[in-house]
Amino acid sequence: MKSLDDLQKLRDKAKRTMDMTDLVDGVRIQVGMGTCGIAAGARPVLQKFIDEVAAHNLHNIIITQVGCMGECAFEPIVEIVEKDGTKTTYCKVGKRLAEEIVEEHLINGNRLDAYMLSTIKR
Amino acid sequence: MLSRMHILICGGKDCLSSHSKELRDEFHLVLSELNLLDEVRLVMAGCFGLCSQGPIVVMTPGETFYSHVTVADIREICEEHVVKGNIVERLLIKEPIDKAKIKNYSQLKFYDRQRRIALRNCGQINPTDINEYIARDGYLALGKVLSTMSPAEVVAEMKKSGLRGRGGAGFSTGQKWEFAAKSVDDVKYVICNADEGDPGAFMDRSVLEGDPHSVLEAMAICGYGIGSHQGYIYVRAEYPIAVERLNNAIKQARELRLLGKNIFSSGFAFDIELRLGAGAFVCGEETALMASIEGNRGMPRLKPPFPAVKGLWGHPTNVNNVETFANVPAIFLKGADWFKAIGTEKSSGTKVFALGGKIANTGLVEIPMGTTLREVIFDIGGGIPNHRKFKAVQTGGPSGGCITEAALDTPIDFDSLVAMGSMMGSGGMIVMDEDNCMVDVARFYLDFTVDESCGKCTPCREGTRRMLDILNKICAGNGTLEDLDLLESIANMVKDSSLCALGQSAPNPVLSTLTHFRDEYIAHVVDKVCPAGVCSNLTNYTITDKCIGCTKCAKNCPVSAISGTVKQQHVIDLSKCIRCGACKKACPVNAISSKPLPKEENK
Repeated sequence: MKSLDDLQKLRDKAKRTMDMTDLVDGVRIQVGMGTCGIAAGARPVLQKFIDEVAAHNLHNIIITQVGCMGECAFEPIVEIVEKDGTKTTYCKVGKRLAEEIVEEHLINGNRLDAYMLSTIKR
Repeated sequence: MLSRMHILICGGKDCLSSHSKELRDEFHLVLSELNLLDEVRLVMAGCFGLCSQGPIVVMTPGETFYSHVTVADIREICEEHVVKGNIVERLLIKEPIDKAKIKNYSQLKFYDRQRRIALRNCGQINPTDINEYIARDGYLALGKVLSTMSPAEVVAEMKKSGLRGRGGAGFSTGQKWEFAAKSVDDVKYVICNADEGDPGAFMDRSVLEGDPHSVLEAMAICGYGIGSHQGYIYVRAEYPIAVERLNNAIKQARELRLLGKNIFSSGFAFDIELRLGAGAFVCGEETALMASIEGNRGMPRLKPPFPAVKGLWGHPTNVNNVETFANVPAIFLKGADWFKAIGTEKSSGTKVFALGGKIANTGLVEIPMGTTLREVIFDIGGGIPNHRKFKAVQTGGPSGGCITEAALDTPIDFDSLVAMGSMMGSGGMIVMDEDNCMVDVARFYLDFTVDESCGKCTPCREGTRRMLDILNKICAGNGTLEDLDLLESIANMVKDSSLCALGQSAPNPVLSTLTHFRDEYIAHVVDKVCPAGVCSNLTNYTITDKCIGCTKCAKNCPVSAISGTVKQQHVIDLSKCIRCGACKKACPVNAISSKPLPKEENK
């Protein structure tokens, strides 16, 4: 990093990726992977999301691991962040629920209210 | 397979008390009779925020809300709604529903009261990708500092922010930096203390796992401020994920030349290395920590000389905790005045607390200083589960003390906690209810400090052990009133004469329980009973007339000591009872208590 300008350029580029600016109907799946999340079984859940998204041929989806959000009692926690900033938080996600989230929420567009911690619109 | 319908039964504690579990069992029974278990999914959901109308049952799709549902209504719901799709009109909620209020109302509360500075990126960014940290203004503070500020300005800004050390005693971070900056030496060090050892505290781990770059950036800023070119992170080997992500973060920062030589073309060089600790509690003490990095046995030494004058390998060293560092980039981005405006006058900013023990929402919360304990425990933490009564909250781990209900409305900051006989510590907060024995709690913490005492100074090495002996004696039922006086005098002696903070604060759990819960100690030594039913020698369980005869206690008793018939009050045979407490845990109406026996029956 040579100057603040360099950083600014990198920042803008990284922000475009994170905000899914260049992605049509982009969705970001954040899987909580702190020690608490991993202990509660987040690793197979992350893998399941990768498999399901590939199996359904979805191309507008970013799957990423994140740290702990603080609600350790409800791990594994998965957040679905849509391009408009809507964030849906699912708690205690297992492999079966991961499948349901991909099929119902991502493909059919129905939130699974029963497993939600919260929906916050930024 | 996907279910065509979900039946959500409110599992919030108010609805649970109106028997929502029985509803679930009945649903299960009827649905299996109708052969619908594959098509319909039963879910115990969180509170819908309509407790006065409970038990609530919600049918999706369609979001039909049924209120005041009883076991007798379930067959009708299944046959009409599930099979035929007809809504059972008479069970619908009578009042208009405020939709905004219903959904996940209790969980929103969890975030509304919080203000995230140290945890700003935790759970939001991918910790293994430096680009995501940069996308959220990462390393911008370092860039600004290196291009526009002099080292002296950095230290002055830090002092102005009023940030105090988040690892324990709460010493001013700006002053610490100033001492280190003023020491004249060619070689200086920055150390990040990530040897988080308090039982029940895990905020440092969470920061390192969720946002490692914020610590690296802060250490570089500190290095520039005090004139250091080398940083060490002393992290516990028990945190393998944190270690892995830190190593990865350091590698990425080096690749982007955010660590290394000539950062931002300023001529400033800074690099960071990890040092793994073996997990000794005393190594969280800064002089012991430095001894451990040097390769010596982790033992504290006398201060002064303070580390800022003579630290690692004899050079001036600045040691800050992980959470302290995590606040630093935000302070330099938004300014000291912004930070100073948050929190209370003498404790600015926020503090992360790790909520644990008997609390509904176990986890991490970050709140502005000055929030009351009541808000943290009841509003954010969701209160005590299972209808138990709040007894005390232990803050500051083995160095802190217990705070009782009377002090719940005191705003939390460094000074108010000390005034209450506890301390901030690293921010562990363990909530205790009426089932916790305070003598046993004191014994638990003391057992920990006896194990972790390094043995260098006599008061800590011998004093804590003698105190533990006395507590063991009291818990076994052999204590006397004189023991309480002896305990108190040893505690004060250890507190006054120990070498380091470990020994100086080790008696706090004992002293604070002796002050606030003397009646429990007296019950142990005079009446020979443990009111909470924890100390097995002093526990004599009886079943009170609250008993509803549900037989759960008898079914859970591992030695078949409980007899009685359905719907009749049960009886415990104390000669068979092994005091395991299984019946007490199983009882749905809290009818089992530990009572003193009449004198002649005392063993």
